[in-house]
Amino acid sequence: MRYKVIGKITFFVFTLIVILSPALFADERVKLSTTTSTENSGLLYELLPPFEKMFNLKVDVVAVGTGKALKLGENGDADIVLVHARNLEDKFVANGYGVNRRDVMHNDFVIIGPSNDPAGITKVKTADDALKSIATKKASFVSRGDKSGTHNKELSLWKKAKVQPSGSWYIESGRGMGEVLIMSHEKGAYALTDRGTYLAFQKGGKINVPILFEGDPSLFNPYGIIAVNPDRHPHVKYVHAMALIGWVTSQQGQRIIAEFGKAKFGAPLFYPDALPNPK
Amino acid sequence: MEYIWKGIQEAIVLIISLDAEVFSTVLLSLRISLTATLLASAVGIAMGFVISTHEFPFKRPTITFFNTLLSLPTVVVGLFLYSLLSKQGPIGPLGLLFTPTAMVIGQFVLATPIIVALTISAIQSMDPRVKSTAMTLGAGPVRTALTVLTEARFALMAAVIAGFGRVIAEVGSAMMVGGNIRGFTRTLTTAISLETSKGEIELSLALGMILLFIALVVSIILNRLQQR
Repeated sequence: MRYKVIGKITFFVFTLIVILSPALFADERVKLSTTTSTENSGLLYELLPPFEKMFNLKVDVVAVGTGKALKLGENGDADIVLVHARNLEDKFVANGYGVNRRDVMHNDFVIIGPSNDPAGITKVKTADDALKSIATKKASFVSRGDKSGTHNKELSLWKKAKVQPSGSWYIESGRGMGEVLIMSHEKGAYALTDRGTYLAFQKGGKINVPILFEGDPSLFNPYGIIAVNPDRHPHVKYVHAMALIGWVTSQQGQRIIAEFGKAKFGAPLFYPDALPNPK
Repeated sequence: MEYIWKGIQEAIVLIISLDAEVFSTVLLSLRISLTATLLASAVGIAMGFVISTHEFPFKRPTITFFNTLLSLPTVVVGLFLYSLLSKQGPIGPLGLLFTPTAMVIGQFVLATPIIVALTISAIQSMDPRVKSTAMTLGAGPVRTALTVLTEARFALMAAVIAGFGRVIAEVGSAMMVGGNIRGFTRTLTTAISLETSKGEIELSLALGMILLFIALVVSIILNRLQQR
């Protein structure tokens, strides 16, 4: 009887192994490390499939903050990076980790907050003044605190406003954009967010927080795409990476970006930048 | 409450409609966790058997070591594996980072200590005469081991179920070494984490319920096997 049990277990084990083995298959794949905003907004779901079909390969999207996305490229764990932090991107290229950086698109950052606006930032003219006012009033402000592109932007804005944010009003969440929007909504706090993610949450009914400050040129949010340098990391799929850069910056790719979100949110989430006159 | 109610509704809709993406996510979760559990069971039961039936120096500390590993945080395993598997790491050239294989390795590391520890306690709580009787009756070392393990099969199956429970529910290591790549390394737990960050609370809850449902089905199957 005991051998029957063992026989059964063995049979079970073998059946499982047969079922499970396809998990270990690998097709031709190329790795794109990018920021959460491009994936969470759903843009990549529209932008990548035509490319994957065209070249019969899979683009593996690893969506993390800009800091980590660049780190993955630096270590050779990604073939391409698509991020939004111009100063860090330039450093990445200057240090020899990336080559052939191209502008892809932009949107802008906005400052959202409670509708009663305790810091009165609707009345100010510049992002500097808006942040100064939030700091002086010690109004709650949720920071990403995660080395993402948005966090990087926020820190440079504080620096420009000559404010050192600290204290209990300054909440360093260490979370993604979505969580920060929800925290801002739940806590009635101010936050800096990219317009794309904000629109997706606000129009999707997940939060109800108004934009209180927008339009300052320093809130411009450009995205760039960079191939990981094959001289530094000979194993990277450079040809595939360049093909993807070609697609994203092509007329068709740029048109997909320009159209994305129009139907759902009433306004595009991103504006294409790669070509002189898109459309 | 509204979230939970909507979550239940959505879970039912997703299950009934066999939503393609959810279905493939479930399959991937199962493949990874079952593969890891199988490998961990083979290694863990063998190690547990050897440790519990042999006398050797530092036996106590060895057992304590495995007991300590029971509380190994999943992110620490993920981090450790990440540093090994990154292209900058010692086994980076294998190109395993952000693949299902890497996730299997992570979950294997998580499940093995549980199975070792529970196997040891299962065999130690057994009547020691089982082993000596088998040997007296002329069984060789392999037959003796099979006899002992067969006697302990209920407790061993519980060890395997516990190991499976640990890995199907973990998110830290899966996220870190899998990368949560859609259609490739996105499991139920990493999908829940992602959907929550996107504010899709109902969908997340629905996926959580599906995860529980899967765990229930697997437990029933393993339990059936245990009863035989």
